[in-house]
Amino acid sequence: MAAAIRLRFRRRSAIPGFGLALGYTLFYLSLIVLIPLAALLLKASGLGLRGIFEIATEPRVLAALRLSFGLSLAAAFVDSIFGLVIAWVLMRYRFPGRKLLDAAVDLPFALPTAVAGIALATLYAPNGWLGAVLLSFGIKVAFTPLGIFIALMFVGLPFAVRTVQPLIAEIDREVEEVSATLGASRAQTLRRVILPMLTPAMLTGFALAFARSVSEYGSVIFIAGNLPYVSEIAPLLIVIKLEEYNYAGATGIAAIMLAVSFVTLLAINLLQAWTRRFAHA
Amino acid sequence: MDIRIVDIAKDFGGTGALRGVSLDIRDGELIALLGPSGSGKTTLLRVIAGLEIPSAGQVLFANEDATNLPVQHRRIGFVFQHYALFRHMTVFDNIAYGLRVRPRAEQPSRQEIGQRVEALLDLVQLPGIEKRYPAHLSGGQRQRVALARALAVEPRVLLLDEPLGALDAKVRKDLRRWLRELHDRTGHTTVFVTHDQDEALELADRVAILNEGRVEQIGTPDEVYDTPASPFVMAFVGDTTSMPIELRDGQATFAGKRLMADIIGSVEGQTQLYLRPGDAVLVKPDPDDLAGTVLGVRRTATGRRVHVRLDPTATEIEIEAAASRNVSVGEAVGVRILKGRVFSAA
Amino acid sequence: MRDATATRRVAAVTGETPVARAVLIAVAVTFLGIVLIFPIIVVFVEAFRNGFAAFLAAFDDPDARAAIRLTLMVAAIAVPLNLVFGLAASWAIAKFDFRGKNILITLIDLPFSVSPVVSGLVYVLLFGAQGLLGPWLKAHGIQIIFALPGIVLATIFVTFPFVARELIPLMQEQGSGEEEAALSLGAGGLRTFLTITLPNVRWGLLYGVLLCNARAMGEFGAVAVVSGHIRGVTTTMPLHVEILYNEYNFVAAFAVASLLALLALVTLAAKSYLEWRYGGAIASAIPRR
Repeated sequence: MAAAIRLRFRRRSAIPGFGLALGYTLFYLSLIVLIPLAALLLKASGLGLRGIFEIATEPRVLAALRLSFGLSLAAAFVDSIFGLVIAWVLMRYRFPGRKLLDAAVDLPFALPTAVAGIALATLYAPNGWLGAVLLSFGIKVAFTPLGIFIALMFVGLPFAVRTVQPLIAEIDREVEEVSATLGASRAQTLRRVILPMLTPAMLTGFALAFARSVSEYGSVIFIAGNLPYVSEIAPLLIVIKLEEYNYAGATGIAAIMLAVSFVTLLAINLLQAWTRRFAHA
Repeated sequence: MDIRIVDIAKDFGGTGALRGVSLDIRDGELIALLGPSGSGKTTLLRVIAGLEIPSAGQVLFANEDATNLPVQHRRIGFVFQHYALFRHMTVFDNIAYGLRVRPRAEQPSRQEIGQRVEALLDLVQLPGIEKRYPAHLSGGQRQRVALARALAVEPRVLLLDEPLGALDAKVRKDLRRWLRELHDRTGHTTVFVTHDQDEALELADRVAILNEGRVEQIGTPDEVYDTPASPFVMAFVGDTTSMPIELRDGQATFAGKRLMADIIGSVEGQTQLYLRPGDAVLVKPDPDDLAGTVLGVRRTATGRRVHVRLDPTATEIEIEAAASRNVSVGEAVGVRILKGRVFSAA
Repeated sequence: MRDATATRRVAAVTGETPVARAVLIAVAVTFLGIVLIFPIIVVFVEAFRNGFAAFLAAFDDPDARAAIRLTLMVAAIAVPLNLVFGLAASWAIAKFDFRGKNILITLIDLPFSVSPVVSGLVYVLLFGAQGLLGPWLKAHGIQIIFALPGIVLATIFVTFPFVARELIPLMQEQGSGEEEAALSLGAGGLRTFLTITLPNVRWGLLYGVLLCNARAMGEFGAVAVVSGHIRGVTTTMPLHVEILYNEYNFVAAFAVASLLALLALVTLAAKSYLEWRYGGAIASAIPRR
């Protein structure tokens, strides 16, 4: 009976170990990821949609969510623009230090968030290297939403660069040449041929940077100042609710953030499916 | 439009360089640039297009110096080997591209663009595929869309880089004929690059044969096949076999034996005799003829190709024999050379 | 049959003018310098602000040593577990065709799209005093939250996909031809795996393990939620950094942070080296789905 099910379930193969490998994979996945997430969903479902809505519309929660989503969108947007320029420069030009910069792009990925957090807080503090300069222009960064924005830009940047880079590498130079032979100026080629080819990757990078920014905690809390209603992000509010033993409140916010993560994930998948429409020409 | 290429040189410090190429292309002509890879044929095509700036020499378009004319202003139609279609654009947008990037004052109206694209798709016999994306076209269809896109800008010259190179054999044959018909109908001056001699000979009015950055010969298919200017040309455009001979006062000898062959070209002393497989015949062993041993036989469409080692040397040549002639490996045969060609060392 | 390769082509056609190029390079370098390079420099400058002795003094603190020990221990448990999982998952996914494969891949990626804070929260909801299993655990005297098991679990969760994500595309690309050949020559399943599959993916595997380890040692948000911040007992290095920083003990905070930063730099250097040396044999670390 088990064998009969498996035959329909997978194509036969001469290679052994399928049962063991898949069995262990599912066991471990369930234990570490699925069951704990299910516990969260169970707890959230206990609140009901109404309960979650009530939590979400508490003024302090609402302010935090608005701040987190708004700043994440803004940071991801700026990352996408600069990410495109950086990816283009790293892929197309040769200059001293290029390889070092290319490697440095992954820094936010490798650097522990708490380390990044205290470094950014120190850098942009009123007496910090950059903070002092900006303050002389009357711009206050540390302990303001602007500081949060900078931290989010830091964590999202590698996604914006790394998603676009392989697509730039894939661009066939002949496509640019043929555009020129058809009479297009370089600017027209960039706008009409190159940019549309990179747009799906930019959108993917944007979505990934956004997803990462929304959920970021360590890099942000040191520079944020964490003033309720002003510079308090949603993940921090989860921690605060937990410390107050307000499990329902924490769960409610977490459920909203999970939902947003999944929607973003879905959007990325749809985007990729849409991109495949004109793959390999 | 006629094109004159004068002493073009292009050095990359690698293969594909040009070393002083001159070529006149007549208005309305279909000309092939034929050569092995690395011979510089694609580089020459790209120099004509303006995609490559020559290090020396001149390109004249209708007697005007176009050497430094930017590619955007040359009004050429270039078709890449792999077509380089814009994959995020529909067939319609691909073909209309050259019209839409024109300055606003010169841009045709929407309606005109639509009509032009439709007419071009009819011309390349692909009506009704405007809305498709390149990913959903076959290789042959992509090729024709690329051609339509190049034709949309009413180019003064059509430049095709290995136009049939990326297609499979069957499609290639059909498209070859179709390309020729299209050329006869539209009359565009056309230059195409190929490494396939059959394609060049069948398709082109004239063939320019390139080797190591130089033009070895330019002429009609008959000329390059029947009166090759160099051993390279002879070997490149058809099957060629060769043997060492000694030539004195027009009299050729091989290993001390006189050849009763018709020798074209004049060289004194030791030289190499080049012949087509049909220029020698197998005969019964006879003291007057060369003696040889059959090393191998293979069947061709028209007869048999016999691989013979000539005694007493180790020289091996290929001879065309009738299909009715039975030859077995190891057989001792006589070989009579009918004609051959010698080239004075360049 | 192309006579000219990309590097030899004329810049004028497929490149920007020198001025535009210089501007773009300047923008990219400035942006990367300010956003990425400055913060990493600050870490080391602050760590050595009061000299080398003050830097070293930060590690005389028994709590700092405890934090380092705990971090190493957590990584030593979490990384091998995720390594074994990564091998099993990539074997099942890359070498076999079965229904629901794409869903499985999505589920494996799931922890990447969950906030670290939420990653910690799920275990609190499950094992915490008021959690689903809390009363049962308490009755049996098992402590998970605010103890080592919770920290390890949260770390495993956040580093869950690293090895698998690295290996799946690599194994898929390599196909099953070599394994089938080995099996046809009489090798057993385990032997085939050890002598064929594992050597083929070793650089990708190393790469995945490096990234997994860096994240395991540096994780902050998830661990912060489950740790309880019991000084010298449940504080990992990043948590210790937080405590020192909040106590305004900046030099010590940055001293400990500099160790973590160094780990990040070494990881990046190793990654760059692997990419340079074995370019084709490793996949991109960034989720590109």
